[in-house]
Amino acid sequence: MKHNLILRVIAKYLFPVIALFAFYVQFHGDYGPGGGFQAGVILSVAFIFYALVFGLETTEQVLPPYLLRLLASTGILIYAGTGVATMLMGGNFLDYDLLAKNPVAGQHLGIMMIELGVGISVCAVMLLIFFVIAGRGRS
Amino acid sequence: MIEQNLSLLLVIIPLLSAPVTAILPNARSAWLLTLAVTWTCLILAGWQITLVTDGSIISYELGGWSPPWGIEYRIDAMNAFVALIVSGIAAITLPYALLSVEKEIPLEKIPLFYSAFQLCLVGLLGIAQTGDVFNLFVFLEISSLSSYALIAMGEQRRSLTAAYQYLIMGTIGATFLLIGIGLIYAETGTLNMLDLNQRLQPILDHRTVHTGFAFIVVGIALKLALFPLHLWLPNAYKYAPSVISVFLAATATKVAVYIMLRMVFGVFSDEFVRKTPTDHMFLLLGAFGVIMASATAIYQRDVKRLFAYSSIAQVSYIVLGIGLSSVLGVTAALVHVFNHALMKGALFMACGALVYRLGSSRFENLNGVGRQMPWTCVAIFIASLSLIGIPGTAGFISKWYFVLAALEQESWPIALVILLGSLLAVGYVWKIVELLFLRPASDSTATVGEAPAALLVPMWLLVIANIYFGFNTELTVNVADTAARMLGLGMNHE
Repeated sequence: MKHNLILRVIAKYLFPVIALFAFYVQFHGDYGPGGGFQAGVILSVAFIFYALVFGLETTEQVLPPYLLRLLASTGILIYAGTGVATMLMGGNFLDYDLLAKNPVAGQHLGIMMIELGVGISVCAVMLLIFFVIAGRGRS
Repeated sequence: MIEQNLSLLLVIIPLLSAPVTAILPNARSAWLLTLAVTWTCLILAGWQITLVTDGSIISYELGGWSPPWGIEYRIDAMNAFVALIVSGIAAITLPYALLSVEKEIPLEKIPLFYSAFQLCLVGLLGIAQTGDVFNLFVFLEISSLSSYALIAMGEQRRSLTAAYQYLIMGTIGATFLLIGIGLIYAETGTLNMLDLNQRLQPILDHRTVHTGFAFIVVGIALKLALFPLHLWLPNAYKYAPSVISVFLAATATKVAVYIMLRMVFGVFSDEFVRKTPTDHMFLLLGAFGVIMASATAIYQRDVKRLFAYSSIAQVSYIVLGIGLSSVLGVTAALVHVFNHALMKGALFMACGALVYRLGSSRFENLNGVGRQMPWTCVAIFIASLSLIGIPGTAGFISKWYFVLAALEQESWPIALVILLGSLLAVGYVWKIVELLFLRPASDSTATVGEAPAALLVPMWLLVIANIYFGFNTELTVNVADTAARMLGLGMNHE
């Protein structure tokens, strides 16, 4: 793909748009359709698209596999950590009411944290799967 | 705070530590963390069972949403019993795992191996704890997906095909379960087990409910390796890493038995089971399973495969107990769930020790190894006696209760099948005894040394437990009896 100018230019322009849409889906998840899972998949699509055009090695310089593994674990820990935090505050697991003074604000904050964790994990795992399959046959 | 959140911590602790384990830099630290987690779980599960043996119930609302809207963890004697078995086997497997895993798994993959192991533990414990059918499905998927990955990590390339076969069959089973849950959700609008049970009673003659029930039973039967849906199991156990053979053989099908009991009797009812041909189906397939699987075991040429077929036979006994659909039948089934976990745990640990020293579990490589590895082979012998059901071992207690349950309903054919199964078990155990102790040693087995103590100690702990629970039946039988009564069995027809 190195010599295909049109594809390379379009890919450069599309990358931020796809990423922006992913963040929209991520943070608009509590009001409209969307949420962490969809956002994570869309964000990973941006990177996969980039990898298809510019090659696997270039993408792995930005996102090395060990970083993706770290991110995948961090996402789950954010999710479960939110639940443990509410438990430490004296409530039940994932009882968002306790996260802020006002239960409604608490619910918002709680679902935001959860979806953030889901988004990070899903994006990282999607990319890991892509790298593993795309990188097969490399030494 | 710990007691208040006890039932949840049991699931959350391995869930929190699994991602941490995955990013740990070296094998020893991953093992150490997993060891700490499994023993913590065992302590919590032991604590939990002391709170519910008197017949009381712990209810935990996730996210502060009260049932039936939110997810509820509802712990009675049966849940606590299954959670204790799962975490107990995990805790005893871990000291054994250190050397065995380092030998069989590439070093850089060991942290991921232990991470998947903990996820499997999360899934199995979650199934035992939850009181919500959809939550149960999710945990079943967690445990299944991680066990496919674990089996695929086996040394031989054939472990990939074994894992793939299990993946296809397991996914079909899980899909059937999900379709069934979806159908009864469409009929009742609830997913909480207790609520489902109440709402289903007036509409038990609806065709949708019947269809849903059929999907659920078939789906779980696949997971449980009920004859004739058992074909994924022998290869999965044979080609998995030794530690995973131990863990899955002792827990995975047992948890599926729990799901079957909970769904069939807890969500539907024993009256429904008797009104439909379900109980006869269980008895028929269970009887076929006992005889066919035991007979097939005799023709195996590999110790691990032989014990895998024997596992199918033992699960079929449990299904016979379920099919009798009486308090005594379910008590026998639950007692055997516990005792069989002890036997197969010990047997697969011994197989793992043979593989550790000889690199193979095939018959032609094991001639006369009993003289060189006496501790391992005597462990196989004693655990096999328990498998047959010789008095003085745990296996006798469960066989005794199965026969009692069959005679209570005067089903002589079932009692006969149970005795015939034991006779066939004598057949395949004799084959192994002859192989290990009576044949002359070959070149490879004449020089081999005894397995290291790290493998022998956990193995012998389970062997001793097999004898101990053959005399002291207080824990097993009392808890199983309480659990069977709390399923609401026999309330309608006495």
